[in-house]
Amino acid sequence: MRPTDWRKATVERIRPETPRAATLTLNVPGWSGHRAGQHVDVRLTADDGYQAQRRYSIASAPADGAPQITVVEVDGGEVSPWMVSVAREEDTFEVRGPFGGWFVWDPAHTEPVLMIGGGSGLVPLMSMVRAGAPARLLVSARDRDDVLYLDELEKRGVDLALTYTRRMPLGWTGWNRRVDREMLWKWQPRVGPRVYVCGPTAFVESVADDLVFLGHDPANIRTERFG
Amino acid sequence: MTHLDGNAVAGDLAAIFTGDLSAAVATCAGCGATGPVANVMVYEGMGEVLRCPDCDEVLLRLMRAHGETRLDMRGIKLLRWGSAS
Repeated sequence: MRPTDWRKATVERIRPETPRAATLTLNVPGWSGHRAGQHVDVRLTADDGYQAQRRYSIASAPADGAPQITVVEVDGGEVSPWMVSVAREEDTFEVRGPFGGWFVWDPAHTEPVLMIGGGSGLVPLMSMVRAGAPARLLVSARDRDDVLYLDELEKRGVDLALTYTRRMPLGWTGWNRRVDREMLWKWQPRVGPRVYVCGPTAFVESVADDLVFLGHDPANIRTERFG
Repeated sequence: MTHLDGNAVAGDLAAIFTGDLSAAVATCAGCGATGPVANVMVYEGMGEVLRCPDCDEVLLRLMRAHGETRLDMRGIKLLRWGSAS
């Protein structure tokens, strides 16, 4: 079985993450593992033959076995609301992959890394964290309900900084704006480590530009845009 | 239309080439810029269009229609990837 072959995936387990997101554990016959940061292509076919294809990052670590994808509901979306709200255990759809050889972290990279995630951009970063990446993490979210994996990140003792762009939790004294140069500088004044940036296209491009402005080598910045 | 990046077409390109091209290095025929395929801009519509992140030139067009695949790579002067010798 090659990664490019479409295979039937069965939803083994569904775990709600936030009011708008869920993690689906998939049973994929012949699954031969993945690298932290990779994604799968997903294809759904309606009864009338209509097909929709999407990409979802894998949230689990390679050692976790069956791949888990975390899906955040997109307003007006076609596939994500189905994944988050309608899908049930034992449902099936097609997947192929895993794919991606650039936005990945391998255990051989033992130096500390920086990670900056916007919204569901945290998903592939979480796979790297779960795989043991020595990371400092900056997460931009609309509000508290929008932060994926918060309990687990705290339990793991991850060096985590948060900024809320729409609504702050009561008593919040931290950042409450979009990621900008000043924030990046305060968060991490040292230039040098590899940086992973993932999120909506506008978020990724603005953060990557700011990092370059602050002196980061573009060759050390690895980005993934999800639209 | 918002663009994506080269990570998004890893699956479609892997189905054509013999492996994952995300980390392969492409040279733009327009401006000579060089970088990993993961970093190019990707526009989805009638198929997929890959553009140079530096000069915006079309690097590659990929379309499936009428039971065939059409691949236009004139915008890539050179594509390099690691392989066993």
